[in-house]
Amino acid sequence: MSLTWGQLLQFLLSGLMYGSLYAVIALGFNLIHNATRVVNFAQGEFVTLGALCSLSLVMIGLPLPVALVGAVAIVTVTGWATERMAIRPVRGASVITLIIITIGASVFLRGMVTWIWGSDERPPLRPFWPGPSLALGPAMVQRQYIWILGIVLATMFLLWLLGEKTLLGKAMRACAFNQRAAQIVGIDVGRMVLLSWALSAGLGALAGVIIAPVVTPKWDMGVMLGLKGFAAAILGGMGIPAGAVLGGITLGLAESLGVGLLPDWGSGYKDAIAFSIMLAVLFVKPTGLLGARSEAR
Amino acid sequence: MKAALKDPRRRRVLTFAAVAAAVAILPVFVRSEYYLYLLVMVGIYTMVAVGLNLLMGYAGQVSLGHAAFVAIGAYTSAILTVRVGVSPWLALIAAALITALVAAAVGMPALRLRGHYLAMATLGFGMIVHRIALQWDGLTASDRGISGIPPLSIEGVTLVSSTNDLGTYYVVWLVALLAVLACSNIVDSRVGRAMRAVHGSEVAAETAGVNTARYKLQVFVLSAVLAGLAGSLYAHYMTYINPDPFDFAHSIALVVMVVIGGMASTWGAVVGAGSVQFIEVLLDARHLHEQKPVAYGLILMLIMIFLPQGLARGGIDIAARLRRRRQARDR
Repeated sequence: MSLTWGQLLQFLLSGLMYGSLYAVIALGFNLIHNATRVVNFAQGEFVTLGALCSLSLVMIGLPLPVALVGAVAIVTVTGWATERMAIRPVRGASVITLIIITIGASVFLRGMVTWIWGSDERPPLRPFWPGPSLALGPAMVQRQYIWILGIVLATMFLLWLLGEKTLLGKAMRACAFNQRAAQIVGIDVGRMVLLSWALSAGLGALAGVIIAPVVTPKWDMGVMLGLKGFAAAILGGMGIPAGAVLGGITLGLAESLGVGLLPDWGSGYKDAIAFSIMLAVLFVKPTGLLGARSEAR
Repeated sequence: MKAALKDPRRRRVLTFAAVAAAVAILPVFVRSEYYLYLLVMVGIYTMVAVGLNLLMGYAGQVSLGHAAFVAIGAYTSAILTVRVGVSPWLALIAAALITALVAAAVGMPALRLRGHYLAMATLGFGMIVHRIALQWDGLTASDRGISGIPPLSIEGVTLVSSTNDLGTYYVVWLVALLAVLACSNIVDSRVGRAMRAVHGSEVAAETAGVNTARYKLQVFVLSAVLAGLAGSLYAHYMTYINPDPFDFAHSIALVVMVVIGGMASTWGAVVGAGSVQFIEVLLDARHLHEQKPVAYGLILMLIMIFLPQGLARGGIDIAARLRRRRQARDR
């Protein structure tokens, strides 16, 4: 396989870009998992919804930054409503029941998306910083990649601040650690669960909004992104923020380099490569890269 | 009669006989081929769901990749009969054996994982199998699919084929009911007790001397073999397969059947497979093309919100409540 340095750098960059998206989505999975022990299968739909809302808001003439914030806000409210209508009524149900409800929610939301936007591909969103690709040594970088990486880094920093420095973040972490104990010290657990859903939906939408200029947005664009985000969360160790970031980047780089290093037929196996690597890691380390806690009873 | 119903073992035999009789005479009332086709599909899904129910409901292990085992069964049959020219019956046996081998190879490392980690591992496995079916052109003819899969026949009489819906119906349901019988016997056996112990607390089961790893693997392989058989029968019935019915959405649909029917109740699998098919047909008949997923998602959520134990258990509970209310009124 002859791969020039330029191509290698190119693959690394796109791997890093996709990896950072997986990481943001994985952080969303973590939030809901920590609050409820549930894997939210509607996470990918939040990504789709974010991208399509931003397109429509731009189309009705809103300036780009307003449209972006507006799209994230709409999806955050959707996440909030999902918790209120589908999750709260069954508080105390088994985890598998809740997971099936999130599957129902994902089918429902995907249905709403096709109902509203149709099932055709849409033209990409206007780039945040228009212009030709930038030269980085021998590689060319799309300007949007820089925005994606920058926004992801800023988001991670804000989440870290929220978790470590604010009382609210500490309350959320307390709930993740032990709900009963959190309740005893006066934390409103129900509100924390609601907040996790809203925040998680917002993170999914953010991923959808920033990727909208470099993909062809359509009704099922979030499905694979959502599953890869789940894979990233598991790969790093479910519920661990640093694990989500590490898992996402690992997954992104691995699939990008896998496609680059394999012969031509390898590109069709991009998704298979990502999941194979994840399986290989899990078989060696069953709790994920950073996971130490055992889930055994 | 009433006394016979009190004994749980007798009641189980009676239930089984009643369902078998109902299955046997049902085709008399079915006039259209389309409905017969639907009943065949319910039988095929029941086969898969009953094994998955054993795995999820009793052994407490989630699989989000069981459509992959259906695919392996279907493609084994298709490739062996169409490409190699093996006899269909031999291909059916090979389909069961190969799914067993793959399940053992995947299950051994994967079943060491717990909870969501196992769910993700099986999901990943399903993705990889679907990708291979879609990309390995030389083996699976990718999305063009494999056509001309021969029927299963005895002495020139076709049993499972697209031209004999009725024959297929009886063969498929015979296998499905045998699977239900086998699984409910397993549940009541020593193995079943061991599995429930694993579900309750794996550490405690281990302490009591249960070889949890072995039981989990056995149930996993059994459920995969049932899925493989279902896949093989599906291939011989349809005479054509492509990767579409074996993707992640179908793995999820199988889990939905198990949970909607009711986990940890063997008949729940039949109820689940039937209900999912029924909901689909109902929505199709209403011509809700655009709104179909919306309605389907809503129904799924509503069932889980109001009957979190599934339709089988939920139905029994509601019946019991109504009976109590009537008794209270009569008094």
